[in-house]
Amino acid sequence: MGEIYKVGMADLKVCKAPEGLTTLGLGSCVGIALRDPVTKVGGLAHIMLPDSTKIKQNSNIYKFADTGIDELIKQISLIGGRKDRLVAKIAGGANMFKFAGTNPNSVTVGESNVLATKEKLQSLKIPILAEDTGNNYGRTVVFYPESGDFLIKSVGKPDKTI
Amino acid sequence: MNTELRDDNNEFFDILREIANIGAGNATTSLAQMLNTKVDMKVPMVKLMDFKDVGDAMGGEEQIMAGVYLMVEGDITGSIMFLLEKESASKLVNILMGRDSDNTEFGEIEESALKEIGNIIAASYLNSLSTLTNLSIYPSVPALCIDMAAAILSVPAIEFGTMCDKLLLIQSQFSEGLNGYFILVPDVDSYDKILKSLGIG
Repeated sequence: MGEIYKVGMADLKVCKAPEGLTTLGLGSCVGIALRDPVTKVGGLAHIMLPDSTKIKQNSNIYKFADTGIDELIKQISLIGGRKDRLVAKIAGGANMFKFAGTNPNSVTVGESNVLATKEKLQSLKIPILAEDTGNNYGRTVVFYPESGDFLIKSVGKPDKTI
Repeated sequence: MNTELRDDNNEFFDILREIANIGAGNATTSLAQMLNTKVDMKVPMVKLMDFKDVGDAMGGEEQIMAGVYLMVEGDITGSIMFLLEKESASKLVNILMGRDSDNTEFGEIEESALKEIGNIIAASYLNSLSTLTNLSIYPSVPALCIDMAAAILSVPAIEFGTMCDKLLLIQSQFSEGLNGYFILVPDVDSYDKILKSLGIG
């Protein structure tokens, strides 16, 4: 098995099989894994906010679902991935803190991150093969462009691969 | 004036450190009263961090932490979070409940006790900030989360993320290996209000 590279918060990295990518402790943020199954290259983005157009401080393109995914695709294509072949898996978008008395119908930051991610991928015609999103717990993810496996680890729960 | 969060803004950091010092001092006193024991405190560290380094700040992204989170309302708005390592949290709860120190049980009662500890600590922190600035500051009821450090920290990080690319962390170390952290997240205008009320800016 190849080297595993770490992706931080508001950060992204790309790699070629057999290398892998990981991001530790996703909370309300969303981890977006893209892969070209033919060339077996892929990338992982760790976004924090849904929409760069709604915020003034938007110079950090890695921070947002929309600009983060654009940049991820750009970097994947630089190492041999083709945009029209890309497939996605996503995880995260949890609601870590539940306040008593909050409206159960209000949209949480995590949910809007997931929603924005899906909309962006849909607009780019990138299919989402699997997802593990929402709920109220953190997730560590490991992504292997070799197989496309997306391993998810949480506290007090068995590991799962999607 | 729009205060920028930059690490070369020394005066700003000196003020924050001083507020943190007084706030954490107050919180320590509350903690000592609550536990009926002597609690020491080291000079707090105020750090401005890049998001991608945030997880490393507290013994690794996957370190299990307990976070108590409160919304702040009044003259300034935002939120405050008090974080403890899981072991420290267990230790505190055991002292508070008069149990053996090696008790690691953590159920609903323990969570409730921890929420209350966080509540008292955060409230006394805010109290000193309120006294210092003459601003009305009210905390909401607390919410608790026990999970990986990075996952908990994503919540205040996202709030900071709407204003800047850094997170402001105030680390207060208590005695007996109790490691606690405060993260005060005032909304954009609130920093200016705090500084203005102190006669700066």
